[in-house]
Amino acid sequence: MTFEAPGFWPPSGPEVVFLLLGVVAVGSALLVVTTRQLVHAALWLVLCFGALAGGYLVLTAEFVAWVQVLIYVGAIVVLLLFGIMLTRAPIGRSADLDSGNRWAAVLVALATAGVLVSVVVAGFGTAYAPLEPGQGAAKPLGSSIFRTWVLPFEALSVLLLAALIGAIVLSRTDIRGRE
Amino acid sequence: MNNPAPNLSDFGHDPLWLSIIKALFIFVFLMVGVLLGVWTERKLISRMQHRYGPNRAGKFGLLQSVADGLKMGLKEDLMPRTVDKVIYFLAPVIIAVPAFLAFSVVPFGPMVSIFGVRTPLQLTDLPVAVLLVLATASIGVYGIVLAGWGSRSPYAILGGLRSSAQVVSYEIAMGLSFVAVFLQAGTLSTSEIVAKQAGGGTWDILGMHIPTPSWYVFSLLPSFLIYAITMLGETNRVPFDLPEGEGELVGGFHTEYSSSLKFAMFMLAEYVNVFTVSAIAITLFLGGWHAPWPISIWDGANTGWWPMLWFFGKLVLAFCFFVWVRASLPRVRYDQLMAFGWKVLIPLNLAWILLAATFRALRLPEVDRGGILALGAVIVIGAFAIWLRFDTTNQRRRERKAAEVEEEFEQLREEPTAGGFPVPPLDLPHYHGVVPAARLHHEAKEVTSGSN
Repeated sequence: MTFEAPGFWPPSGPEVVFLLLGVVAVGSALLVVTTRQLVHAALWLVLCFGALAGGYLVLTAEFVAWVQVLIYVGAIVVLLLFGIMLTRAPIGRSADLDSGNRWAAVLVALATAGVLVSVVVAGFGTAYAPLEPGQGAAKPLGSSIFRTWVLPFEALSVLLLAALIGAIVLSRTDIRGRE
Repeated sequence: MNNPAPNLSDFGHDPLWLSIIKALFIFVFLMVGVLLGVWTERKLISRMQHRYGPNRAGKFGLLQSVADGLKMGLKEDLMPRTVDKVIYFLAPVIIAVPAFLAFSVVPFGPMVSIFGVRTPLQLTDLPVAVLLVLATASIGVYGIVLAGWGSRSPYAILGGLRSSAQVVSYEIAMGLSFVAVFLQAGTLSTSEIVAKQAGGGTWDILGMHIPTPSWYVFSLLPSFLIYAITMLGETNRVPFDLPEGEGELVGGFHTEYSSSLKFAMFMLAEYVNVFTVSAIAITLFLGGWHAPWPISIWDGANTGWWPMLWFFGKLVLAFCFFVWVRASLPRVRYDQLMAFGWKVLIPLNLAWILLAATFRALRLPEVDRGGILALGAVIVIGAFAIWLRFDTTNQRRRERKAAEVEEEFEQLREEPTAGGFPVPPLDLPHYHGVVPAARLHHEAKEVTSGSN
């Protein structure tokens, strides 16, 4: 499918909303790593994931958007908060949140972002797909995952299973290695 | 007039004023529903316990909830000094808003005409509407977690901890119990799932045509039973109300919200959540707005505004089920709750999904039945072999443990002072503020999670 891509100016409504959501996502992601309050960092992460889900919605990928909310907002960050509350649950500012590696981390983050952005722009810079509602429902997504992309999908699930079993073995002290 | 059930293409054409009317209706419906729901619950549970319940304010005590609401509104709004102020204030809002949002995809009835516009009795619908309900439920957890954390009180934090673990676990089982419905209906949109439950097929056996029931509660009974259990867990109701277990945690996560409008928001959210999970049970399993059997013989039962009545009737019955459960069952222990969720509900659900998917695959017209049956046999035999392997290991472990216990008893019978005999030790640490050297257990064994 090739369509004539409309120009970037004037931006359409969805483009403006998408850009604003991107600004929210990047801004809250920055606040995650700069805030001095541990629980607030987790909450900024929620906002970041929420903005990402909004971005998927603008691109009519409804299924991915709600699964993003369900898994990342509803399960992963709740588990993070659970971990924080179980261990320290500090209120107010913590002084020891700065890592000694932060400049190296900034460098790596910027480099990764640069690589990703340049790859996406080089690969899909002029690609254009019209936004039609209903394209991101469960059916088209399911048939493409379980037909075209079934091998990477299964490989990923085996990887996750291995990580799961590893976590169980590490956390249980009554399972020992062979002497 | 023939009213066909609406499908996805009927949505998105409403003029703005109609959407506002529908949204306003849902809001008012839920608010009035909460007022009446609190009254119904108190009255009903009183009757089940041989007492009268509220009967002073208004006829039959009907105005009791209004009086309580006014009292809460007029009370002084306390803000404890050491709380995280933003989060303490936000938590009741975060818990209440998603509770209302989920109702936007609940179908109340078929196509009707409102002021000359033909429209479905449902605010909106999506191709993935059921996921929206799950997502809003998972956002609602934040209200509980943040209320628990932001209050800066040990009771509240314990309530928040229990709640986050419980809701995340039960949400998995809940999501899995929807999977069989999606398989059967072939869609995730609520209006289309209801439409699919309109009429059952016939079952041809020995030349007779036996009509099969169309509601998914009959064809997918295991899914419905698991959903009914998880919906109690998801809304923190008895017997799974550990996050606010008043016996051990005062009020749990809302301990520090002392009877002001913020506390009223928690109450409101709890009842709206109960309505939401009941409405989802009705939509996915109990035929939605379709009339139940004796009424459905009448041709006009599923047309016009009548279906709204059937929907309300089912909602009231589902709510009474919640009250009935609350009056009958004691609260479960926390480790039982988690073990039940992870070790019983989720594996059962997965096995049932496999079975339902196999039946579904066998009924497809252009399918190789032998292949499916062979695959099914391989899975069953494999699962049995794995179970046998683990069962013998577990059996051996149990026998070893029993032998250990027996040996310990033998030792205690010979010398009762060896320790561990069931009498309270008279030198407990807190009597003196110190741990006596004799009771310091260097060889004390760590109890890990999941090793019961």
